[in-house]
Amino acid sequence: MPEAAELPTRREEGWRYSRVERLQGENLDNWRIIDVAAGESFRDTLVIADGDETKPTELHRWRVTVGEGARCEVFAVLSSAEFARLEVEVTLGKGAHFELGGITVGGRETVREIVTRTVHAEPEGTSNQTVRAVHWGHGTGNFLGNIDVVRHAQKTDAAQDFKGLLLEKGASVNAVPQLEIFADDVKCAHGASVGQLDETARFYMAARGLSPDLSRRLLVQAFLGDALVSLEDDDLREAMMVHALDKVDKAL
Amino acid sequence: MLKIDNLHAEIDGKTILNGLSLTIPAGEVHAIMGPNGAGKSTLAYVLGGRPGYEVTAGSVEFNGQDLLDLEPHERAAAGLFLGFQYPVEIPGVSNLQFLREALNSQRKARGEEALTGGEFLKLAKDKAGLLKLDPEMLKRHVNVGFSGGEKKRAEMVQMGILDPQFAVLDETDSGLDIDALRVVGEGINAIMRDPAKGVLLITHYQRLLEVVKPDKVSILSKGRIVHTGGPELAQRLENEGYDAVMADA
Repeated sequence: MPEAAELPTRREEGWRYSRVERLQGENLDNWRIIDVAAGESFRDTLVIADGDETKPTELHRWRVTVGEGARCEVFAVLSSAEFARLEVEVTLGKGAHFELGGITVGGRETVREIVTRTVHAEPEGTSNQTVRAVHWGHGTGNFLGNIDVVRHAQKTDAAQDFKGLLLEKGASVNAVPQLEIFADDVKCAHGASVGQLDETARFYMAARGLSPDLSRRLLVQAFLGDALVSLEDDDLREAMMVHALDKVDKAL
Repeated sequence: MLKIDNLHAEIDGKTILNGLSLTIPAGEVHAIMGPNGAGKSTLAYVLGGRPGYEVTAGSVEFNGQDLLDLEPHERAAAGLFLGFQYPVEIPGVSNLQFLREALNSQRKARGEEALTGGEFLKLAKDKAGLLKLDPEMLKRHVNVGFSGGEKKRAEMVQMGILDPQFAVLDETDSGLDIDALRVVGEGINAIMRDPAKGVLLITHYQRLLEVVKPDKVSILSKGRIVHTGGPELAQRLENEGYDAVMADA
């Protein structure tokens, strides 16, 4: 069978906004497997930033199983590559927690996306996903977040929050929350919004002496901050934020 | 210090300022009063350089410089402070970070050394104390969750920290209770009463002018100054109203 037949298409919801033509030659079965044992904590970060090692297509697929009472935290900044995608499939055990903080930034014709599928497979699991997207030029930022709560996963508490900030006309963001809930005693919150920089705030900042570049940087930093607020390592949080902000500063 | 000559300005094609002329020398506190819709806030925004407010004729000179030629942040660095009638909330940006960036941006533009974190903190705490604002509030996001009165006090703390040469204060007294009005008024006196500084104080009420005693009072109506007098003019307006005073003018 030719390889192209194996490739996803835009008809599949999870790939609808992706640059699927960029997947030609990529190994779609290349999943990173992460098992977080019961009671353990796991944290990892992914930064796709400008550098020699960054490829035009950056496809990262993580499959995570979080054991009973365990905790998994993933923080990501996608600020480089023509097409960058982080896909996380998480299956949560009883009382397990999944935390995701994601940032996509980009201009030109780039596509940067975060796709999650969170399966609350046992009762009392919790998940919290916060994604912020800042785009300009003809850049696109996507967040596709699927949450499945199986029938007996009572007392599940899941939250998903996406906000997009468009710095120029022509940029776009897509937010697709998908919740499939089969249990009846659960909390599942999701929110999505898209906006532009608050010009009133920018004038206020200018009236105090901040240049347009500096006021934009502060407002973008404030906007992105939510995504990294639960990352407890201050140095790491700062470094990830700088990657994102520098990208915006360099481009605009 | 500030010389406004024949200023015309419009918003969305509608003329709001219609030949306004006003000169405020250093050392003067000049109050502007006027009925709703006279153009008081427009004057403040035009001086601050707010986008959307188009100057169609006239000039504004600030310390010999063409103010209208400067970007809003350059006006601030040149020493102009605009006190907002409705201070803006900026979620995610702390007061301390905002003001330190603002002060150091202004200092840099003037070729001065940036303040260190410690120096800045001391200054911020001093000014918060002057305005009786809990210094803990400076750690909070800019104006977020502040009451109307707290916003106005915070605005004056900002003015104290930035230490401008000239302040345009747009209804700084609105939303203040009697005690807060006194604190804010005394704050304005402490920060701005100086032979080298000037204030354009826009207000509706005589009460603030009992604390911040103006050297001159002007009435703004239909986009121009129609009458200027001493501090007694404010009292007369309070007693008789705009129509009666303007009919005599």
